[in-house]
Amino acid sequence: METTQGRFGRFGGQYVPETLMATLRELEEAYEQYRDDPQFRADLEYYFRDYAGRPSALYWAERLSERVGCRVYLKREDLNHTGAHKINNCLGQALLALRMGKKRLIAETGAGQHGVAMATVAALFGMTGVVYMGEEDIRRQELNCYRMQLLGTEVVPVTSGSRTLKDAINAAIRDWMTNVESTFYLFGTVAGPHPYPTIVRDFQSVIGRETREQILEKEGRLPTHIFACVGGGSNAIGIFAAFLEDEGVELHGVEAGGLGLATGKHAAPLNAGSFGILHGGAQYMMQDADGQVMETHSISAGLDYPGVGPEHCLLRDTGRAVYHVATDAEALEAFRMLAELEGIIPALETAHAVAGVLRMAGEFPPESLVVINISGRGDKDVMEVRRLLEQLRLAEVTA
Amino acid sequence: MAIPEIFQKTAEDGRAAMIIYVTAGDPSLAATVDMTAALAEAGADIVELGIPYSDPIADGPIIQAAGQRALRAGTTVAGVLEAARQIKENTGLPLVVMTCYNPILQFGPEKFATRAAEVGISGVLVSDLPPEESEEWCALAAREGLETIFLVAPTTEPERMALACRLSTGFVYVVSRPGTTGVREDLPEDLTSLVERLRGLTDKPLAVGFGLSNPEQVAVVARVADGAIVGSAVVRMIGEKCADRAEVAGFVQALAEATRR
Repeated sequence: METTQGRFGRFGGQYVPETLMATLRELEEAYEQYRDDPQFRADLEYYFRDYAGRPSALYWAERLSERVGCRVYLKREDLNHTGAHKINNCLGQALLALRMGKKRLIAETGAGQHGVAMATVAALFGMTGVVYMGEEDIRRQELNCYRMQLLGTEVVPVTSGSRTLKDAINAAIRDWMTNVESTFYLFGTVAGPHPYPTIVRDFQSVIGRETREQILEKEGRLPTHIFACVGGGSNAIGIFAAFLEDEGVELHGVEAGGLGLATGKHAAPLNAGSFGILHGGAQYMMQDADGQVMETHSISAGLDYPGVGPEHCLLRDTGRAVYHVATDAEALEAFRMLAELEGIIPALETAHAVAGVLRMAGEFPPESLVVINISGRGDKDVMEVRRLLEQLRLAEVTA
Repeated sequence: MAIPEIFQKTAEDGRAAMIIYVTAGDPSLAATVDMTAALAEAGADIVELGIPYSDPIADGPIIQAAGQRALRAGTTVAGVLEAARQIKENTGLPLVVMTCYNPILQFGPEKFATRAAEVGISGVLVSDLPPEESEEWCALAAREGLETIFLVAPTTEPERMALACRLSTGFVYVVSRPGTTGVREDLPEDLTSLVERLRGLTDKPLAVGFGLSNPEQVAVVARVADGAIVGSAVVRMIGEKCADRAEVAGFVQALAEATRR
């Protein structure tokens, strides 16, 4: 969907301080050189298969299907090594960093899934790793924080701004500006300045390629609906990419509705944001009338981000994809339901995609074939969900 | 006086131009108006007025914190433009506004250019608008007679250096080192060669900033460049140490004296 170099319609671009321009160009050139290089592809496929455990399963969720009223499949990215789709992108970018001679990897993380995946590839390839993580997210995702440290990566708490993902990105960009020569910024989603939206999409597009092959093999036809959660949007683009040209396949993204769009406490820029520039790219974002970035809210640290990738912005404007919201409460309910119906505990991020399907339960034509991208597993969220459910119970008792 | 005339005058005086950055609205816009009068008396030649932004990726911790304080104090783009008008009236100094692009984009680039020219702002530096993304903005600025200032970093490739020099009208902002704005004690050794390379590309004034924090560094810069820019060190005095006018003026005076060659 890239319309011109680095642009998706009016979205994307490179709005960065001058110090980063040369390094972005260096990255762009390296990616152009290696993206179709047979040895690079072979290395990536080797690590996908033998290290990450790809291809991930496409599983027919029989009990969930009954509830929803049509056949529902789950693309099991949660079964990847490190427990989420994030490893796909990290393996790709780390292999690129190695070829560029960069020995130090840095990254931002919200839920910690990208941070863990980066820490993993840093260990795998013997590189130095530094992950920036907001203080508030460290509290919410303590387990992932410790996992990164176990993997030998330094976790730097970010105390500025809202102390969440957007501030972690600011801190990582500043580190990168200061250490451009030695450092590779392993960006975690399909946002940020060009070429990141393209690079991250390409490495994640393995999800959609596999899904296409698997569903054709199992059902002999393409899905009618694909659902994925959208924060920055990497797992959604990853599964959408292989179906963009198939008009019969509806693409549905689900943003974090937080406490509800009307409250303003959400993280749904495609539904309730406006055009602006954030972290180097033009996109829909949450901002006030003066262009200041607004604080967002979501139960899920990984979706708690005021911006969204430029390709999603274009897909929204052209109508090729539809973007919904699921509130915190709906995501919690979906989290429980997937656990109880299928024995699968999804990440809270992923639970938003499941909630999007559950909300339409009974409305799908019976011959529909739905695929949900189960972008990550929920082990990291178990303690937080327990705390939230106890809070809810307490609130019910006092009410 | 316009920016080119300032550089002409300081060159004739045998010194570099002293450019001082302050974050507008830290701790309040009234205080900024007041403080800039002190800067003028202390010998600043150009004042750079920073529009506070919630997510300033080019700035280090000092200016970032100043921006947060200014935003908490209710500073808006319209407020900064009004303060600029007062500063211009009080001091007569050329004003350069430094900002990220999103506040301009939301204000409306055309309206911003018109209003900036109306209140007497001389030039605008958009820190996250590299030459490649700046076509529309440069056209608007040219129409309103605003100078456009671009950054050149040690990492900038030669062909892009030429581009930045061509698009810069008031002066070229030479970033002394990779990294964000901030206070540092030393100066990079290759600064002189960077400035020399730029001399081969342009005859526009070259002003050096990022990391300059004391008269010794300013003296070194003044020997090779046409202007020295000090930001974080002044912002820290104003915002963190709540220094009074006399104290800030004393510091800026020492900096300004160091510009003499």
